[in-house]
Amino acid sequence: MTEVLAAPPSDHARAIRVIVNGRPLQRVVMPRTHLVDFLREDLGLTGSHLGCEHGVCGACTVRLDGEVVRGCLVLAVQADGARVETVEGLTDGGTMRDLQDAFVARNALQCGYCTPGMLMAAAELLEQRPDATREEVRQWISGNYCRCTGYQAIVDAICATLDIRRGKRPAAVAAPFPERDDALHDDDREPSGQADLDAVGG
Amino acid sequence: MNAPDRHPRELWNVTDDPRYIGTSVSRPGAQRLVEGRGTYVDDIQLPRMAHVVYWRSPVAHCRITRIGRDAANAMPGVLAIVDGSEVATVCKPWVATLGHLAGMKSAPQHPLAIERACWQGEPVVAVVAETRAQAEDAIQLLEVEWEDLPVVADMETALDPSTPLIHPELGDNRCFTRSLDTGGVDEAFASAHVVAEATFHFGRHTGVTLEPRCQIADWHAGDRRLTVYHSQQAPHMMQDLYARQFDLPESSVRVICKDVGGSFGIKVHAYPDDFATVALSILLKRPIKFVADRLESFTSDIHAREHRVKGRIAASKDGDILAFEIDDLTGIGPYSMFPRTSAIEGNQVVNLTGGPYKHKQYRAKLDVVFMNKTPTCQYRGVGHPIACAVTEGLVDLAAAKLGMDPLAFRKQNVIPDSAYPCVGASGIKLEVLSHEECLRKIETLMDYDALRTEQAALRKRGIHRGIGFATLIELTNPGAAFYGVGGARIAAQDGATMRLEPSGAVTVLVSVGEQGQGSEGIFAQIAADAVGVDMRKVRVATGDTDVTPYGGGTWASRGAGIGGEAVLQAGLALQQNIVRVAAVILNRAAEEITVRRDAIVEVASGAELMTLAEVGRIAYFRPDTLPPGFTPELMVTRHYAQKDYPFIFTNGVQASYVEVDTDTGFVKLLRHWAVEDCGRVINPMLVDEQIRGAIVQGIGGALYEECLYDETGQLLNGSMADYLVPMSGEMPDIEVAHVQTPTASSQLGAKGAGEAGTAGAPGAVMNAINDALRPLDAAVWSQPFTPEKILRALGKVD
Amino acid sequence: MKSPAFDYTRPGTLDEVFALMGEHGDDARLLAGGQTLLATLNMRLSEPALLIDINRIDALKGITVRDGMLRIGALVTHREIEESALVGQHAPLLAMAAPHIAHRAIRNRGTFGGSIAYADPAAEWPVCLVALEGVVVVRGTGGERRIAARDFFVDLYTTDLRPGELITACEVPVASDADVFVFDELARRHGDYAIVGLAVVGRRGSGGFASVRLCYLGMGTVPVCPSATEALLEGHALTAVLIDAAIDRLTTELDPMGDLTNTAQTKRHLACVLARRALNTVMNAAS
Repeated sequence: MTEVLAAPPSDHARAIRVIVNGRPLQRVVMPRTHLVDFLREDLGLTGSHLGCEHGVCGACTVRLDGEVVRGCLVLAVQADGARVETVEGLTDGGTMRDLQDAFVARNALQCGYCTPGMLMAAAELLEQRPDATREEVRQWISGNYCRCTGYQAIVDAICATLDIRRGKRPAAVAAPFPERDDALHDDDREPSGQADLDAVGG
Repeated sequence: MNAPDRHPRELWNVTDDPRYIGTSVSRPGAQRLVEGRGTYVDDIQLPRMAHVVYWRSPVAHCRITRIGRDAANAMPGVLAIVDGSEVATVCKPWVATLGHLAGMKSAPQHPLAIERACWQGEPVVAVVAETRAQAEDAIQLLEVEWEDLPVVADMETALDPSTPLIHPELGDNRCFTRSLDTGGVDEAFASAHVVAEATFHFGRHTGVTLEPRCQIADWHAGDRRLTVYHSQQAPHMMQDLYARQFDLPESSVRVICKDVGGSFGIKVHAYPDDFATVALSILLKRPIKFVADRLESFTSDIHAREHRVKGRIAASKDGDILAFEIDDLTGIGPYSMFPRTSAIEGNQVVNLTGGPYKHKQYRAKLDVVFMNKTPTCQYRGVGHPIACAVTEGLVDLAAAKLGMDPLAFRKQNVIPDSAYPCVGASGIKLEVLSHEECLRKIETLMDYDALRTEQAALRKRGIHRGIGFATLIELTNPGAAFYGVGGARIAAQDGATMRLEPSGAVTVLVSVGEQGQGSEGIFAQIAADAVGVDMRKVRVATGDTDVTPYGGGTWASRGAGIGGEAVLQAGLALQQNIVRVAAVILNRAAEEITVRRDAIVEVASGAELMTLAEVGRIAYFRPDTLPPGFTPELMVTRHYAQKDYPFIFTNGVQASYVEVDTDTGFVKLLRHWAVEDCGRVINPMLVDEQIRGAIVQGIGGALYEECLYDETGQLLNGSMADYLVPMSGEMPDIEVAHVQTPTASSQLGAKGAGEAGTAGAPGAVMNAINDALRPLDAAVWSQPFTPEKILRALGKVD
Repeated sequence: MKSPAFDYTRPGTLDEVFALMGEHGDDARLLAGGQTLLATLNMRLSEPALLIDINRIDALKGITVRDGMLRIGALVTHREIEESALVGQHAPLLAMAAPHIAHRAIRNRGTFGGSIAYADPAAEWPVCLVALEGVVVVRGTGGERRIAARDFFVDLYTTDLRPGELITACEVPVASDADVFVFDELARRHGDYAIVGLAVVGRRGSGGFASVRLCYLGMGTVPVCPSATEALLEGHALTAVLIDAAIDRLTTELDPMGDLTNTAQTKRHLACVLARRALNTVMNAAS
């Protein structure tokens, strides 16, 4: 075995206290570890994903002190004293259940890799821009890359949830498997402004 | 709404108790993903798992003269530094050619380059450490020295005698060439009233799956067994390749595909670093994880679609297309990609150009040339986007010269719906298509006349909008013709195993996997209807070569048509076996009873006689109560291969409505329509979402995406900031409608739908832009259609 | 990729920051929003030994108005500017530009001071600051300096900051009723770095515009202000004829460099299109 060369620059681990999904935690982290690596590797919260690590794709979007951030562009040490929420926490807390149901009802996810980040971004819009128009929704999520859906179903799902929260439509049907000869209630699948395709002859 | 709950025309029921086939039910598998509880490869941790980072050639062509490891080896956490010759002690090289592409050639390739690297991004040295960060720290201290070698970076001159040969032993830089000539082409052009031509350029681009390529190779030294967790589309293919390249018995290799974060063909190929990672696990006797970094993905994922096509079209005075002619040059990497080869894309351009139309004369020439750039291979659509854009661009040119409306011109020239089966001019065998019906339908869907009126009114105000069409055909459900006949051990058949559980639930194991398109969802729908159970009682498992039947996996839009048929046949067979058991238990004739709604019912009255759970209990736990000589067989396997045609073609038409800002060259996508015939639609919502996603992916290549190289073979824009993928702000809403013309090659009647969107979108958008520019005597033929190219066409910049 | 290793400290006061900067010099980098720095580190383009996290320093925060100046603390985030009533009232140009900056998640962290200090030629805040004739307030162990924005941006990614100094705030004169603001940019996708962008500040006077300031992003290594064109417009009412003349002047005055996907000529053309549109907007607003 070769001799050990000069030690690398000092990178003493730091103790941090952070509240993750409502649970206060104490951990020791290296300064260079970014928040999503900390969540995934140290805490096993693998719902937040990495797609680029340059802050562009949005797959790593998590909530820090109530605001969405790129988890790859925040250091774990910077979360000392802060509150972090991930998709797992928001799921268990139930605060975006209507949004998640709308995603499933419309197949607004395919491979699912962008979905946690997309949901985090959408959840902030639902809170901060409850009157958002369809165009504003498109602009808001334009920092989250999705390769599978082409975005329309995601926009539909978010718009439908905005309507639900404004009281303009009932919540999505709970049962995910409607049977073929039941009356299919598509109220919860209709986005605003779409043509009625069944009316087209053929 | 984003999908109809059912389609206008009802097809016959394919099962007796139809509840799910044809309906837009949500996918059970979506629930865990929407909760952030998927299992992607990077989510998996194994004991003693180490991480590999590859040192990749920073230049396009070089001879490696020295690899100095000492400093890197001393870094914290480093476990091994391995080069190509060490990997070669456990892994054979390969040559990526197919026997049925006559004359195709390529050079042997190793997992890690030995002595010579041939593209920027080719892996050369592996650094293995306890964490990825440590491996990256160490790799900075790796001392690699090289001598630059001449670079071939321009496909137009790759075959010039003065251009250096990348592989001298091959004799030239040509991978593959093909010529096709029906005869009578020159006569057709000579006699034509109208001849139009254009030279089309397609920018090289890549898939950018959000989850990068990744795998964990786990060689278990005690069992002498290799398990690979792989973000992949074809686990059995990889099982076969690992077994053969590493001289392992097939049964010693297991490939597991859990959640895959997007694939699109990028993840159906066998990469050098796939084999290198496995080699490291074997050499180090521990699990090795490889996750491609995004920057590394841009130079190591396969690229696609770098073509220059010269095209001509001949038409008669009456508006009949007489002939097409193309000359296609495509530049691939320095090696053909393993095992599906880099000649398929160009081959499909030859096969598919002119495809929707009834002309008889066609001539095509193809040259596939090597370059020192990232290797290329099949990526969603595979040649179709090019063939369609060339065809549809020429069609619009001819229509304009004839003074005919482009939609009317198409209606006149598509192969009639009554003409099938027939053979296209390029020799492709077409079972049954519905071009005419689709064209009628899109005209209504988009309210074509109203759009033209709107366009004319806005033109008077200096607003330039354009409408573009693209008629397309798309190959799906391939038979063995695609790869098997060429000698590749890629299965064209698939299988489904179905088991009735003691509780009355149904488990389905299928050899076609899931990457988000909804395969597992539709298999559950089919299984539920075929057996006669509630879909909530069906569990589908895919993506494990130890567990599922042997099959081909996901590619060429075959999952629904081929996997689905296997599931259907297995379900129907299981239902029969359940009935046989129930008949014996109830002492009734089998014809008098059937399975419906999770129960055995009397056919005549519908009365429920016993539950499936009761059948299960007796069959599994009380065989003593059954007659001697009778054994319940409540687990059945059925396989299916499509053997009627080389491919089951689908067809469709797309339309794009754009506004071109003639001051800035920016294109705004106002709306997009697609009418698609993929045969029986199993789940309208899933098909529509596949079409939308595929269209947006095609729009990417049409407007935004290009791998930009300089003359030294350096990729200039290999990051998410500089390589532009479509984001939500610029994409249009997309209306989708269907025609259902089932295939007779299977009982299910389903064709494929995954790629058609990508095939047609670039042609439709190009034609829309050119329709907007036509009054200004400008046109663009080079994708991506950037603002600068449009300004140049308008004469506003040089 | 994973960032190279570094040490990390989070001081509570400016004096501690200056001490650290003095001790470590070029081996240390300041960490504010981190949206540029951490991306750079993740790509291993830089290897500082120490990050000095200044996010705890309250003196660098807050938006206030005093003595006719709107003061924006260096640590104010893009999102805070986007949503600030004070900014909307006193520096509407900034409110117009903010939505163009990247995306929500970036705007929640990225800071005004960070953007000014990094001086990316395609960034929005530097051109806005120059167009508004703002001031960059910097401080070091030697005390405070106030630098006119137009003098602050020296070259590509290079500012007048000296070693041991950091930006504490930026100030702009509050808008008056006589001001007209336009901000526009051309980007392939919403939130991308623009190909070219333009901030216009018109100050009405008697008989037209007392001044029209034009400031471009993406047209050079620093914000580009075509002063000859500005001079043409000064003291006149905007008319179609004058705008034509201004665009002609602009065509000869602008001298951009091309980039990966746009030649210099294309950039110049687009810059002129933006100017014509902006000046038309200003003209219509004035009438």
